[in-house]
Amino acid sequence: MFATAIIVFREVLEAALIIGILAAATRNVPNSKRWLAAGTLLGLAGAGAVAAFTDVIGSLASGIGQEIFNAIVLGIAVLMLAWHNIWMSSHGAALAANAKSVARDISDGSRECSILLVITGLAVLREGSETVLFLYGIAASDSGGQTAMLTGGMTGMLAGIAVGYTIYAGLLRVPMRWFFEATGILVLLLAAGMASQAAHFLVQADLLPSLAAPLWDTSALLPENGLPGMLLHTLIGYDARPAGIQIVFYLTALAAILTGMKWARRPRKLIHPAAEDA
Amino acid sequence: MKRLLLISLLLPLAALAAEDNYTLLIKDHRFQPPEITVPSGKKIKLKVENRDATPEEFESRVLNREKVIAGNSAATIHIGPLAPGRYPFYGEFNEATAQGVIIAQ
Repeated sequence: MFATAIIVFREVLEAALIIGILAAATRNVPNSKRWLAAGTLLGLAGAGAVAAFTDVIGSLASGIGQEIFNAIVLGIAVLMLAWHNIWMSSHGAALAANAKSVARDISDGSRECSILLVITGLAVLREGSETVLFLYGIAASDSGGQTAMLTGGMTGMLAGIAVGYTIYAGLLRVPMRWFFEATGILVLLLAAGMASQAAHFLVQADLLPSLAAPLWDTSALLPENGLPGMLLHTLIGYDARPAGIQIVFYLTALAAILTGMKWARRPRKLIHPAAEDA
Repeated sequence: MKRLLLISLLLPLAALAAEDNYTLLIKDHRFQPPEITVPSGKKIKLKVENRDATPEEFESRVLNREKVIAGNSAATIHIGPLAPGRYPFYGEFNEATAQGVIIAQ
């Protein structure tokens, strides 16, 4: 039961942290919670579908379909997080003023909401499909003790959601003047970490050279299966034994998104927010 | 950076060299054979055939590999080139029984 709880916890934790951080980051975006909830539900449905078609996905592209699928999902998530962060850095100030009418006036506010939907949907889909498969395996086996294991699964899920909620509640306590900086950095690191994970899958598929594998090994110091390692894995993309190319992807994503944020924050002469896209 | 670019241009050439193929079975939540000996310094193509009805996740922290294999299906995992040594792997969904090791020499 304990092993089951740990496995489910690990999968749920990643999605829960992503949702927790986004929920906090978009606290002043109208209806953001509703879009996050819709994304979660869609993601769960998608997770079921992906789990059901695991064998089909896996057999695509001569046996490396799963890696390609994961890399594409992660790649889309990185682009969406980048867009979100750049959007937040140009509208963060207006949102910080807590004027909901301002937020409603922002012309691309609805696009931001659909971005939220996609990011949460993808995060839940990716992490959820493995959980669904794992729990299905337990339910289908006739080894007995299913009740104990399903209890473990529920425990792990609730624990993961609790950590996600904790980071959300914690972020809301951050004073407003640092709030957008803090959530911006968190989202930036999430995105860079996902870019590194995408590279990891492409190396596993033998589509990318590893450029030194592993580049370092800190598994004795900070193992990835311990709680700090697990948290850091999601939050900053920590990998105990990364391939060199993962670092290249990580730094490239980091630099590209930072540049975009700087660009979005550049001083403007425009006064009326509706003209900002010009 | 320039050197890194050069290396990345050259490496796909190395990847063209033929990979060695190995097959691993999963049956009753165990790996067969539980030990695979492979040459070091070479890329390996590991075909994992899951003969169980339930899915399994091939996972190895040392190799930095993880892959879900659906019930009654097969998947390919690319590994290496490896330095000589022992590289344990396990089935994450049935860790108690599904244990194995790749020995590179």
